[in-house]
Formats: sequence, structure tokens, C-alpha cells
Amino acid sequence: MKSHEEIYNLLKEKFGDAIGQSITNLPVESFIEVSPLKIHEISYFLRDDNELLFDNLMLLSGLDDMNDKKVKQEDGSIVDVPGTLSVVYHIESTSLRHKIVLKCSCPKDKPEVESVNSIWRSADWNEREAYDMFGIIFLNHPDLRRILMPYDWEHGFPLRKDYKNPEFYQGMKVPY
Amino acid sequence: MSDYSNLKTEEMVLNMGPQHPSTHGVLRLEIKLDGELIVEVKPHVGYLHRCFEKHCEAMTYPQIVPYVDRMDYLASMSNELGYAIAVERLMGIQVPERVEYIRVIMAELQRIASHMVALGTYGLDIGAFTPFLYLFADRERILSIFEETCGARLLYNYIWVGGLSHDLHPDFIRKAKEFVTYFRPKITELNNLLSYNKIFIERTANVGILPIETAINYGMTGPNLRASGLKWDLRRDDPYSIYDKFEFDIPIGKGWVGTLGDCWDRYFVRVLEMEQSLNILDQALAQIPEGDVTSAIPKRIKPAEGQIYTRVENPRGELGYFIVSKGGLQPHRVKVRPPSFISLGLMNELCKGHLVADVIAILGSIDIVLGEVDR
Amino acid sequence: MGLLDQQFADDNIVITKVDDLLNWARLSSLWQVGFGLACCAIEMMATSASHYDFDRFGVIPRASPRQADIIIISGTVTLKMATRIKRLYEQMPDPKYVISMGSCSNCGGPYWEHGYHVLKGIDRVIPVDVYVPGCPPRPEALLEGLLKLQEKIRNESLVKKDVA
Repeated sequence: MKSHEEIYNLLKEKFGDAIGQSITNLPVESFIEVSPLKIHEISYFLRDDNELLFDNLMLLSGLDDMNDKKVKQEDGSIVDVPGTLSVVYHIESTSLRHKIVLKCSCPKDKPEVESVNSIWRSADWNEREAYDMFGIIFLNHPDLRRILMPYDWEHGFPLRKDYKNPEFYQGMKVPY
Repeated sequence: MSDYSNLKTEEMVLNMGPQHPSTHGVLRLEIKLDGELIVEVKPHVGYLHRCFEKHCEAMTYPQIVPYVDRMDYLASMSNELGYAIAVERLMGIQVPERVEYIRVIMAELQRIASHMVALGTYGLDIGAFTPFLYLFADRERILSIFEETCGARLLYNYIWVGGLSHDLHPDFIRKAKEFVTYFRPKITELNNLLSYNKIFIERTANVGILPIETAINYGMTGPNLRASGLKWDLRRDDPYSIYDKFEFDIPIGKGWVGTLGDCWDRYFVRVLEMEQSLNILDQALAQIPEGDVTSAIPKRIKPAEGQIYTRVENPRGELGYFIVSKGGLQPHRVKVRPPSFISLGLMNELCKGHLVADVIAILGSIDIVLGEVDR
Repeated sequence: MGLLDQQFADDNIVITKVDDLLNWARLSSLWQVGFGLACCAIEMMATSASHYDFDRFGVIPRASPRQADIIIISGTVTLKMATRIKRLYEQMPDPKYVISMGSCSNCGGPYWEHGYHVLKGIDRVIPVDVYVPGCPPRPEALLEGLLKLQEKIRNESLVKKDVA
């Protein structure tokens, strides 16, 4: 059974730049930041390496970081920098009993993350839900379409912080 | 089968729509058939999507407890327990021992009640009407115990962050002990009525076989995973609350009347689990200490910035809560990992190559609740 | 009236109005569409089980809407489901009645404020006869709702009443 530090060091020496920081100063859970376009390779290593054997994806969750900034440029104008959307992975090993938390962040105007469906099949519906609620596009997913909202819902992605409710949907009044 | 090889057939799409007597709620299955053999099953969900996660971002932590109840409405106590443990771990609150004992007693009673509904409706789907009526009549006893404690039959709002809303009333322990003695022989009656019934075995044995590696890869947990042979129970392998003080067995499937991991195994593991819950109840009711149940409830729940993922053993599998807090009175994000959502993703794999009538048997054996799938 | 008055001494003759006869027949055998959406559906199932029996009022669950008289909307109605409920309601033959059970189908329930996918009350889509409040309503409350519906049917008439 490995600790968070040991797993972080193993990943860092194998993948170098794709692995970001390990955030351990928050009260309860520590996580490792990972680049969104390399998560596929890293997951293969996590599942198949003999010392790690992570075979169970417990949770895949989208997250709106709500870190939109207004940056003052040199000429005095204020520019809107859109924030990031993140995907958080909680993975565990049923045989070796250790757990790890990974987090990939991608910019809001181009939210693309590689899909891990071919590695852990439980990611299939979880990724569809993250797409439905946040608009995060998972590359190489076999069937990315809405799962909880109606298939013809065009009023945006509900769990984003800047989502506004429509007035009518197919003739029915939506607000109270 | 070589006589039929030159017979030209066409594939047909059959719709088991949102309104159907056997789909346990509003689920739509699009079944592609070749004659009566199934080629593909595509579940469509979202007919009960009630925007739970959006509500959580607008409510304070104590106000979320009634909404948590309504997700898996057949196991409300377990839902509340998971949420309370998650927020307590995030804030570092330690609850009194009496609270822990009462929570375990309520969770185990709820597990028995939930399995009663699952097994009763499974029998009803297959065609057996009597076990449904018998189990629902016994379930009324559990519901009246709950009603005398917290006032509600189905959705309780009882387990709060840091404690409970009311203490047990003076007659509770006697009534609970009476129920335990009453229910033990009823399990034998259920076995005689339904489990070893020849027609039931014909319909469910060797149907919907789930091998262990597929189950783990797809994220299946709970009685369905245990029926495939893996001894994995969160109360033993990732313990929470005071489950490490009790002795109980973890039943796994053995392929008693068919193959390992078929529908009959999943059904029978639930029957054995009801028995083990009675054992835990016996021990807990004998050891319960005195104390104050509301002493550790904080005046204001305002956790520090951070995130946590906690999981508990729901009657349907592993229920997980992922809470992200940014230091305010309301959480920034609450994500729920529902066991039925993950189980339903396996429908296609389980149904391939079976006949249409087996879809009902398989759907009933994985025991889903649509309130949890759609949140 | 004088020709037939006080002429019959046999006791298997019943004299009634057509209105009363029709209404009595309708209210004693209300067959419901087996339709449950969410938590209220479990209380509806508990009402049809043996502790609080539904069958003694003549209510039997039928699988198809084309053979049913009454639909009990029990549970939250979402926008995705509302179009299907309308289609189910239109498939039922006349005379048909609707009981809205539970707070969610009356007015949106606990999800009224931030529910972007919840229809705030089923009466935005189909006409409702009886509302049963509660979250979830007790089985006795549902039985009372059924009795109120029976009273409403008892007062129906073939003659169009002019509202003055």
C-alpha cells in the first residue's frame, strides 16, 4: 500500500512535465494536478503497473472552478480572462488498498480532456454526465451526447455558475 | 441451429417506455431484437432529473439534508448517514457514541426495509404476487418504528450533521428487539415461498452472468459485486462509523443453483444480507450507551476551504459524496456517486444474447432506483 | 305515476335515476394506470398492498392506459417526462380522472426554486380533479383523496347544468 507522496514521485519520474503540482496543504484531501491531454497515457500506467494496480475508478466529476479574472492590461483596458473547468478523478486499487486523486483543468472557451473510457468502462456514463452538465468535451469518447437533460436542450450547460434559466421549453413555462 | 441459417430476418427495435409496470420507475430501454434474441440494449435516463446538485449550491449545509433523502427514496437513512459523515469529516467534528449506535441501528433497519422492497417487487415482476404482499406487510412494522421516532414513514430528515434531530423514545429498544425476533422465521418463509421455487429458479438461474473482472472495471459495487464472488464490503474494507465493533459475515455468491454471478445469486445474496443485518441489530441493541444526541451539532456549519470524498455502503452499493467547499455557508459543489447509475451502465453487457423476457429478470436483479440514477 | 305507484311487492326491484346508476357504477370501479414516478409511487404501492388496501374501493392497477379510468400522478414531473404524460393522458378513453398526489406534482414541491428541469405542477399540462398534499402523503391521505374523487363523481350529471 503506497502513500500519496510515493505515488506522486513514481508518476513524476515517469511522465515529467505532464504532472503538475501535488497540493497537500488543504485540510482533508490532497490531489495531484495533471495535464488534460495526457490523462489517457497516465491512466494506462496507473492501471497496469505492478506496483500500483489501480483497477477501480470510484468517481469522475466535473467542477466549475469559478476563477474568472479581470486582468488590467498595460494600456489601461480591462480584459476578461475566462476561468477553468476541471475534471476530478478518484481512483483506488481493490487489491493493494491505496487511493489517489487527480485533477485536470482546461480553459472554459476550449474545454477538452482525453477520455479514459477504454481503461475503466465506468467512465462511459460519468463522462457523458460531465459533458451534459458542464460542456466538457471528452476526446475519443465513443458516444458523447446528453444523458440527463433532453436531447434537444439548447439552453446551455446547467451546472456552470453563469447558467440562466429559459422561459419556455416546448410550450411549458419553466420558472415557478 | 443449422436449419435456421438460411432464414432471412430483420432487426426490430422495441421500446420499453417510461411507463411500464416493471421498470421500477421512469426508465426507457431501447431494445434492438433479432427475432427474440437481444442484439443491443440502450437505456435512456433523465426522466426524473430533479437538479439536486444545483440545489446544493444554493442551500446551506443543514438545508441539504431533506434533499439528500429524496435521491434514493427507499434507503433515506443511508443517504443521510453518508452526507453527515462527509461533512463531519470535512469539519473535524466528533459525534458522541450514542449517536453512532443509533445511526447504525437505523441504517441496518433501513437496509432490511430496502431489501424487502427489492425482493418483493422482483418477485412481482417474475409473476409471484404473494411474497410482495407478505414483505410489504412486514415492512409496515419497520416503518411504524421509524414513524414513532422521527415522525415520517419514508423520508426522515433525521440524521443531521453532528448528531440527530430527536433522541429515541423510551419504547424504541423493546419494539426493535421484538421486530428482530419476529422477522427471523419470516426469512425461512420467504425462502420456502420464492427462493427455492422451481419456476423462479428456471427464470433466474444462468441468466445475466457477470464475471468479476467486468464487474470491477465497470465500477459495480454492493450486493451485485458480492454475488460475482468478490468479498468487498465497505463496512469491513473502508470502515466508517462504528462498524468495526460488530461481528458479522459478508455473504458472497457461490453459484448455488446455476452459474456464479447470475440473477439468482444476486437475489440470494440480498436474502442472506437481511439475516446478517439482524445479527448486527442484535449486537447494537444490546450495547447502546446513554448520552446526549444533540450536543455536538454546531451552531453554524462553515467548513474551511477543501474537498473530500466519502463513501458508505448503501443497500444498493457504494454511495459516494464529493463535497468541495470554498469556505462559505453553502458548498461550492456537491457531487453524488450513485450506485444505480453505474449499475445501469452494465445493462448492455448483461443482456446480450438473452431473450426479451430475461430483460425484466436482469433489470430486477440489479435493483435500481431511478431517483438515484437521475438525481 | 298513479298507475305504477305502490304496485310491486317483490323485493328484487330497484328504482333509481340513470344519473345515479351511472355515477355509482363509475365510482365503484375506478381502474388506475400503473404509473409511478418517484417517492410518492412507493407510498402508492404501500396503499395497494395489504395494510391499507386499495382493492376494497374497486381500484385495480391496469398496465395499459387504454383500459383505465384514472391516472394518479405520483412524483416529480420533469420537462422530459411531461410530454410523455400528456400522450398517456390523451390515450385514456373518456370519462377519465386525474389525481395529483404529492407536493411535487401539485406545484413543483421542494424543487420549485432552483429546479431548471422540473415542471412546477402537472396542471400546467393536463387538467387535474383532486390534489392530495404531502411529501409524501400518507396512505390514508391518498385514500381520502380517492373518496373525495368519488364524491365528485357522485355529483356528476348527464344534464348540462347552466351556470347562471
